[in-house]
Amino acid sequence: MSDVHDVYGLMVEFASTDDLLAGCEQTRDAGFKNIDAFSPAPIHGLTEAIGYEGKGWIAKTVFIGGFIGAMSGFFLQYWTSAIDYPLNIGGRPYLSWPAFIPVTFEMTILLAVFAAVFGMLGWNKLPQPYHPVFNVQRFKLASSNRFFLVIESVDNKFDRQATRAFLEGLDNAVGVYDVDY
Amino acid sequence: MTEPQGVLKPDPVIEPGHDYGSITEKIASIVDTGRQPKFWWVGFGIGFALMQLFLVSAVWLLWEGVGVWGINNPVGWGFAIINLVWWIGIGHAGTLISAILLLLRQDWRTSINRFAEAMTLFAVACAGMFPLLHMGRPWFFYWLIPYPNTFGMWPQFRSPLVWDVFAISTYATASALFWFIGLIPDLATLRDRATNRTGKFVYGLLSMGWRGSAVHWYRYEVAYLLLAGLATPLVVSVHTVVSFDFAIGIIPGWHATIFPPYFVAGAIYAGFAMVLTLAIPIRWMYGLHDFITARHLRNMAKVMLATGLIVAYGYSMEAFMAWYSGATYETAMIEHRLFGSFAHIFWALIAVNVVIPQVLWFPQVRRSTAALFCVAMVVNVGMWLERYLIVVTSLSKDFLPSSWGEYAATRWDWATYIGTIGLFLTLMFLFLRVLPLISIFEMRTLVPGGAGKKGGDDE
Repeated sequence: MSDVHDVYGLMVEFASTDDLLAGCEQTRDAGFKNIDAFSPAPIHGLTEAIGYEGKGWIAKTVFIGGFIGAMSGFFLQYWTSAIDYPLNIGGRPYLSWPAFIPVTFEMTILLAVFAAVFGMLGWNKLPQPYHPVFNVQRFKLASSNRFFLVIESVDNKFDRQATRAFLEGLDNAVGVYDVDY
Repeated sequence: MTEPQGVLKPDPVIEPGHDYGSITEKIASIVDTGRQPKFWWVGFGIGFALMQLFLVSAVWLLWEGVGVWGINNPVGWGFAIINLVWWIGIGHAGTLISAILLLLRQDWRTSINRFAEAMTLFAVACAGMFPLLHMGRPWFFYWLIPYPNTFGMWPQFRSPLVWDVFAISTYATASALFWFIGLIPDLATLRDRATNRTGKFVYGLLSMGWRGSAVHWYRYEVAYLLLAGLATPLVVSVHTVVSFDFAIGIIPGWHATIFPPYFVAGAIYAGFAMVLTLAIPIRWMYGLHDFITARHLRNMAKVMLATGLIVAYGYSMEAFMAWYSGATYETAMIEHRLFGSFAHIFWALIAVNVVIPQVLWFPQVRRSTAALFCVAMVVNVGMWLERYLIVVTSLSKDFLPSSWGEYAATRWDWATYIGTIGLFLTLMFLFLRVLPLISIFEMRTLVPGGAGKKGGDDE
């Protein structure tokens, strides 16, 4: 077991999306759990191929943000215009709610947008200045035209020699690299 | 149906022969080779010079007061509000392209959404200058924001002017964040391609450590789609609220229910005109004919034609309702607009905003970049004239002849207005220099995902 945590994991490079998808499926079916794929663009079906099931947290976060925005927007106006500083404008009731709709709406959007942006970054644990995958020289191309798959060393099935041999045996694998910490 | 016979498939949104590598190279190299075409320096130079005019006129305004402008009683709004509405309207096409066309799965938006969104941000920045300067004492702008204060007072939330503050600041914030989120994967590309320390550091910082993980992409796409869904009603609401600034007032010519849809259509019309005004030179300057194809220009021309017709409908309904309502003041206002002291502006507006854009019905015009550029410039002017008419005619003659007045812009009005065009151009050219003007990662999704010819030998 001593070699398990010497490296962050092993990385295999592919030259096309189809090769990456096939490689991910093979890896998943071989029983590896702690795997991640990296690509220059979103690829349909890649999360399924690495065995990840979305929990829908982003959508829930955005809903909560929008709800807080709507409530705070409306009650801000209600409290300021009807309770703290009641102001008679053209004989309208203090709680002239139709006039409060535009600001309520804008506040809903504003907080939902904040939730979407910061929720996405938060759930992705970004910003993250350092990550071991960047230690691989070739990984630079993950933001251009190359595709990578990583099996992390924390995976129960991880064994440095055997896993390397497994990755080298994947169809159309371009190269296998150690991912140092 | 207007296309030539025998063409069954629409033109491609990206010319054939491209792959991930060539797309990355083509777009990112505009930024990271550090060399810009001559035209960039010309454009930036003009913009930067005009921006100095803005700084001078803003300083003079603050020194001397808003009296340097032509505003008076009864025309208290003048150029400031005309330009605010004009700039905000221009901004709307960026959000329309990035959000609404994304939800409608129009893949041709991909080549133009990035710089259209940049255009939105810079247009909103220019728009924001006008109400701030129009306050006369802009350092008290924060009085518009509800915060606990020693006066014990709050903003008057039944006023459309306060709604406007919320709408425009939400719009500016949401547009900036939407734009930034769209940029993150491309910033990672620039980070990985950077060869000098500054580039590595700045792009590295801004890309937030993006590494293109499958799970990240998944959450990213969900968030991006939700942002598009939020931006869509937002953009409609913003110009609706801007139109409320007029429509909630009881001034003849303003108090009309047609204002919100008519303003939103006008905004999209003006915005697409500005996108074309920018896209045609940018495409030529950087040789991006593969990515911004004839189809993009043609589609934008069609959107302009359609929204232009809605705007024309708005004009005719304004006149019709004035007659049909039988309201004395409405009728008088329209007569004043059509045949009074503003008649020359009104008929010029009809010519440039309604008559001339009808040439877009002809496929030959939609195929000619020069013709499209001219029509777009004409519409840019036309939409400005429209706002001039709305603001000035109604204010200058309302109900009592004793409160009538004339309005004439001063040279400082023009200097401030032209100055913001300089600010806009300066920001736009700086954007072209430092950020990818087309979304690289979204362009990649348009081609089959394979290795490029030069995939392996980049090391």
